[in-house]
Amino acid sequence: MAAFPLVFFLPFIAAVFAPFLVRTPGGVWALPLILLLDFGLLAGHAPAIAAGEVLTGALAWAPSLRLSLSWRLDGLSLAFALVIAGIGVLVAIYAAAYLADDVRRGRFFAVLMAFAGAMQGLVLADSFFLMFVFWELTAITSFLLIGHSPWREEARRAALQAWIVTGAGGLALLAGLVLLGLASGAESFSELLPATGRLAETPLLEPALLMILIAAFTKSAQVPFHFWLPNAMEAPTPVSAYLHSATMVKAGVYLLLRLQPVLGSEAGWTTLLPIFGAATLVIGAGLALAQRDLKLMLAYSTVASLGQLVMLAGIGTKAALAAATLYFLAHALFKGALFMLVGVLDVAAGTRDATVLSGWRRNLPWSFLAGILAAASMAGLPLTVGFLAKEEVFLALSEAPVAATALTIAGLIGNAGLVAVAYLVGIRPFIGVQQPGEGKRAATIGLTLGPVVLAIAGVVLGLATGALHETLTTPMTSAAYGEPAVVTIGPVPHLGLPLLLSVSALALGLALALSFGRWREVWSSAARRVSLLGPDRGYDTVLRGGVLMAAGIANALQNGSMRFYLGVVFVLFAGVLLLPLGMGPGWPEWPGLAAFALHEWATMLVAAFGLFAIAVARSRVVAIAAVGLQGFALAVLFLLFGAPDLAFTQFMIEILSVVILTLALTRLNLAPPDQRTSAQRLFDLPVAVACGVGVIVMLLAVTRLPFDPALSEFFNARSYLDAHGRNVVNVIIVDFRGLDTLGEIAVVMTAGLAIFAVMRIRRQMRAAGGR
Amino acid sequence: MSTLIFRACAPLIVGLMLVFSVFVLLRGHNEPGGGFIGGLIAGAAFAALGMAFGTDAVRRALRVHPTAIAGYGLLAALLSGLPSLFLGQPFMTGIWYETTILGSYLALSTVLVFDIGVFLIVAGTFTSIALSLEEDGE
Repeated sequence: MAAFPLVFFLPFIAAVFAPFLVRTPGGVWALPLILLLDFGLLAGHAPAIAAGEVLTGALAWAPSLRLSLSWRLDGLSLAFALVIAGIGVLVAIYAAAYLADDVRRGRFFAVLMAFAGAMQGLVLADSFFLMFVFWELTAITSFLLIGHSPWREEARRAALQAWIVTGAGGLALLAGLVLLGLASGAESFSELLPATGRLAETPLLEPALLMILIAAFTKSAQVPFHFWLPNAMEAPTPVSAYLHSATMVKAGVYLLLRLQPVLGSEAGWTTLLPIFGAATLVIGAGLALAQRDLKLMLAYSTVASLGQLVMLAGIGTKAALAAATLYFLAHALFKGALFMLVGVLDVAAGTRDATVLSGWRRNLPWSFLAGILAAASMAGLPLTVGFLAKEEVFLALSEAPVAATALTIAGLIGNAGLVAVAYLVGIRPFIGVQQPGEGKRAATIGLTLGPVVLAIAGVVLGLATGALHETLTTPMTSAAYGEPAVVTIGPVPHLGLPLLLSVSALALGLALALSFGRWREVWSSAARRVSLLGPDRGYDTVLRGGVLMAAGIANALQNGSMRFYLGVVFVLFAGVLLLPLGMGPGWPEWPGLAAFALHEWATMLVAAFGLFAIAVARSRVVAIAAVGLQGFALAVLFLLFGAPDLAFTQFMIEILSVVILTLALTRLNLAPPDQRTSAQRLFDLPVAVACGVGVIVMLLAVTRLPFDPALSEFFNARSYLDAHGRNVVNVIIVDFRGLDTLGEIAVVMTAGLAIFAVMRIRRQMRAAGGR
Repeated sequence: MSTLIFRACAPLIVGLMLVFSVFVLLRGHNEPGGGFIGGLIAGAAFAALGMAFGTDAVRRALRVHPTAIAGYGLLAALLSGLPSLFLGQPFMTGIWYETTILGSYLALSTVLVFDIGVFLIVAGTFTSIALSLEEDGE
């Protein structure tokens, strides 16, 4: 399919143009349209995928490194990609209204679109390394979006925390994928899935599994790494609705479902995932009910839902994966809707406090409708897709192969908590007596469209189960299960244990929700006291420890004496040159002097004079000029002996070094240029001589080796034919080894940025009076 | 540093250096030169301008932050690798377009774009460092 790569590129194209589109009137609406086009392109593949096809392909990137932009579209990646693009459309509309007068909206939309592209790339990527790149890109864009208001300290801390936690997970993912690749010989998921049998015998499997789990747990906010997700609520509400409920935090779940057919039968998988998932479900639900900020309540309920998904992935039966599939879809719809509703309430009422909000049904009728429907889906009431999910969840838990009772109890408690959250967020703010107080703005259609569409979609999917199963859930479950698995659950309740559990969770949740006012304060103060020992504080401690350790090492190695540094460098340099020759092949013979022409002798004499002048110069400026003098003489030598490129560069480097040295050294203004004692001079002399002798001996030894002309012949022969250039050096730099150069110039730029930052800190410290 | 003679000569020298840097960049594929060395010359030109007239004058003349110049250079270098993908060739395969304009032979290529990127990065980074150092002393 030739047009498929367009799906990868569309959001990134939107990201590039977003800052300009946002500035033109009405231009911002182009962004949801681009994502809608993306959604349409993906949906066009749905019938083929539903028929059991798997669409793979690749654009060559660097074949010599076996890197390519490769994709694998099966039931699993299609469902994720559709959710990402579909909710992306609504979030972009919502954000355009929500951030209507934000000065940084150009930057915001650029990053948001880049995130959509990264997230979509993550689920569509086939190559391990491509997936890793997109995984990291989602972390970077998440960092930028959480830090949307960088003048707030909490926002900076939350952004950095999310980056560090998920970034560490990203490194674990890289390690895990590399180990999986070593164990199986595969470099992409398409190669890995048929290689499952070969994995069992290798000792690399367990470390690989551990690394994959760390990656999934950090990204999907599993206990004890869950703390970054509630803190990430510092981000603007559209970001919370999109990244931190519907899409990015599901990347870990995606990874688990993707690898389920490969690793699903490992003992580590079937024990760790249900344990951590169940713990996350219960703790997340408990902490959700300790909040009064609706956004935080939703964040903790997202933690709980992610725990439920991880638990189901760990159980790994056909029913569990069907439940995970249904719950993934239901959660994306209702949680996205509820987050957007909280934003609408925030805009209208100026608060997100659950204990204050009341009676908004008259002012926000459409939001109330969306709230009811989304809450119904979250609570698992019949006629919604949430109901299908909850039935399947309880079926899977009660039939789990191990620890079915414990998992069922955890599921019951957790889901009761989620029912309570559904009521408190989706319904409670709208009923009761209208609270006094003024809104900041009226809720516009742009704000209400997203939640209404998502909430209605939850009902439509819950009723049209035939189409839902055929196009989405059955293909997705089959992909995660590894063999065809048909999902059949219908919208009509069946009497049985799952329904009983479902009803119990509902009753328990409603009881909790209706008595919320009575026990909330006791519960939240208890939770606050426990959290003093929690992982959020642990993160601070680890971070502080890391800084202290780095400071200790830096102070020990960097004592501030330039003489000491240079001494170490030159002693080691002389040792590296002289020791191997002295111990190994023996000293090279002195070749005798060639017959040089007069002007060649003269140039060498100038260089020698320059060196002598550096050694005896009384003033700093003279010494710098002498450095330039001997450098220029050297450049002339290069010119005379047939290396014009080298000479050219040498001339430039000499000019620039003189400029920089003059700028740097003349600022220091230390009166006598040489403050060494006689004893120090006595030590420096042999070091200098040893370095000089070492370089001479090394050059003699190198030039005595037989010269292999293969490379220079190759480049001389191919340079003009392949690369249209006669300057072999430059052709190598920009064409034959262009990828290396790309890396090097990126390093040059990064070093420049670092120097710029250091100089700025110095200036600020001086301005503040310190030095 | 900012003597009258230097201040009088500086604009001339800087202008010459900048033209020369572009010349060096463009001839680099066939004769000694290239983006790296051209970028160094351009950077040295801006540093000299800073010595003569102060860093503010250079920043005004550049209009954008020198680090941003380097950033656009990196972008140009990256983008120069993309067109080959659309022709079904690996990333960063050179694509050439040869033509004759007004009787003189002209060869345009993605490789040239890459070299321009190198030029901008080196020029921008070096200018940024030199200006920081000069400001530090003021």
